[in-house]
Amino acid sequence: MVRRFDYVIVGGSAGAVGCIEALRAVDREKTIALIGEEGDRIYSRALIPYYLGGRIHGDKMLYRPPDFCKQMGVTPWPGRRAVGLDPVRKTVVLDGGEELQYGKLLLATGGRPIVPPVPGLDKKNVFTFVSMADALALAETLPTARAAVVLGGGVIGLMAAETLKNRGLAVTVVELAPRVLAPVVDETASAMVEELFRAKGVPVHTGTTIAQVLGHERAEAVVLTSGETVSCDLVVVAAGVVPRVELAKAAGIAVNRGILVNEKMETSAPDVYACGDCAEGYDFVIEGNRPLPLWPNAYVGGRVAGFNMAGVPREYRWATSMNAMHFFDLYIINAGLNVTRDTADGFETVSRYDREARAYRKFALRDGRLVGFVLVGRVARAGILLRLMREKVDVSSFKHELLDEHFGYASMPESLRWELLAQDVRLGVV
Amino acid sequence: MGKIVAKPEVCIGCHLCQIWCAVAHSRSRDVLKAFFYEDPPPPRIVVEERLPLTFAFPCRHCAEPDCVFACISGALHKDPQSGHVLHDESRCVGCYSCVMACPYGAIVIDSENRKVVKCDLCEGLDLPMCVARCPNQALAYLAEDGA
Ligand SMILES: Cc1cc2nc3c(=O)[nH]c(=O)nc-3n(C[C@H](O)[C@H](O)[C@H](O)COP(=O)(O)OP(=O)(O)OC[C@H]3O[C@@H](n4cnc5c(N)ncnc54)[C@H](O)[C@@H]3O)c2cc1C
Repeated sequence: MVRRFDYVIVGGSAGAVGCIEALRAVDREKTIALIGEEGDRIYSRALIPYYLGGRIHGDKMLYRPPDFCKQMGVTPWPGRRAVGLDPVRKTVVLDGGEELQYGKLLLATGGRPIVPPVPGLDKKNVFTFVSMADALALAETLPTARAAVVLGGGVIGLMAAETLKNRGLAVTVVELAPRVLAPVVDETASAMVEELFRAKGVPVHTGTTIAQVLGHERAEAVVLTSGETVSCDLVVVAAGVVPRVELAKAAGIAVNRGILVNEKMETSAPDVYACGDCAEGYDFVIEGNRPLPLWPNAYVGGRVAGFNMAGVPREYRWATSMNAMHFFDLYIINAGLNVTRDTADGFETVSRYDREARAYRKFALRDGRLVGFVLVGRVARAGILLRLMREKVDVSSFKHELLDEHFGYASMPESLRWELLAQDVRLGVV
Repeated sequence: MGKIVAKPEVCIGCHLCQIWCAVAHSRSRDVLKAFFYEDPPPPRIVVEERLPLTFAFPCRHCAEPDCVFACISGALHKDPQSGHVLHDESRCVGCYSCVMACPYGAIVIDSENRKVVKCDLCEGLDLPMCVARCPNQALAYLAEDGA
């Protein structure tokens, strides 16, 4: 028997929630089905480090209340996987053989962790760091583990490393690139982070990777391509995620690295939308499509898709790369293009580095417009900078003001300031 | 949906809005007790200054709140009834994604507790405390957006 729903969503995380909340902002009557192989208790995978670090417990992993589906009038198919998609008949097939027909479909299938094809990375005590199942498995192993190797010096790998260090393990980070966080920040910021980890007693090996994992059933040590051997009781693989595109691909939907979507989050198939880590949408800074595997991007992409699915036209034109991260006591926020020493051609950059204060601010401009920034140390009010970027404001006349850690609306030229705040201030009252 | 607007021309930069915001969110809600015996919480209203210009800068409780969309823990939400953008501090993990997202810089970092705090329009009071206590009426509360 084929069941019909006005909206079918495959996923069950940030993108799905963004979509459901938009759909329900429009009306409460239309039927919604949610297929989520991880269940219908919607948690935030971005909280894994906080959970393992002991900052939050149990239910605080939930991103929405446990009865979210009920509250929202959504029919959940918990623990079920969508295994087939027919965009002509407009049906989705589940792993139990059931067929659901949709009016509109959202693919919010997220990403799959990359595990490099290294011999031994399939051993029992090798973990990825992306799911509740990973978190629970690690929570069980941590109390008896004393040393860990983290493969990957990106945002997630470094968060994992800090978490394990704070849990009392001896931790070693292994990163193939010449520096940590290379895709997101420049050389100076990377060096600050590496220095911090080393100061905290976490060795960071860059320019190398795991060649081999030693041990029988369990990893006991890793041999690096540099020749070194590091013994360990567990390995965390945090080498990034690839978009989960298999459903779309098999259905003949256009896929690049992720499922290609336009500004309305529509895929190449009619009535099929995609968002979040599985998709590749428009980035206003590069003025083209690229995967942006970030929580806000998944939620807003889902929200924009939801409005369009419900017949309320919306466009997502303000997405770009952005990260708010922290390692130990060091905070970093970056957004837009990551302009480094090697990629600085064609950009004007202004920066200020105060080594003593562990504070760094760098801004990249193109034709007077802000196209990227990184703040290390003091990150307060970073959103104002993101706004200047989004609204393509010409900042050339006050670019040096940006370096002031107290930068705000008062630092801008008067006419610009009151233009940006037209809705928020009353002028001409005296 | 209510919101607070600032009147920069009559703001004298006295920071009383910040003092009273801290009081309103303190344990005792009493100015003397809060400042003498308690650790007053950080004010949730920013005062921008470039003398002679000063103006107070509260959260505007956006219709499409970027801070809520960026929140990775679900601590931030927009109340569907009141339209207020509210923050459940017990669920905040201090990732500062909202700080990255807020176009107004209106989310305040509480570095001591590694959390953020934000304006709740003093839910339960007739008038937000910053507005009520501004000696120069440099802050006004609009009960309805655009009113
Ligand atoms: C440890 C960690 C920390 C992070 N921290 C941050 C951060 O601080 N800030 C930030 O912006 N981002 C962060 N991220 C990234 C962020 O979590 C992701 O961008 C976000 O979860 C993407 O949401 P999504 O809805 O696209 O997909 P996902 O969250 O990946 O969810 C997809 C869901 O769909 C399910 N699914 C997939 N295929 C099927 C199918 N065929 N049938 C049924 N169900 C299916 C999956 O099982 C999964 O539950 C972090 C990620 C991790 C792992």
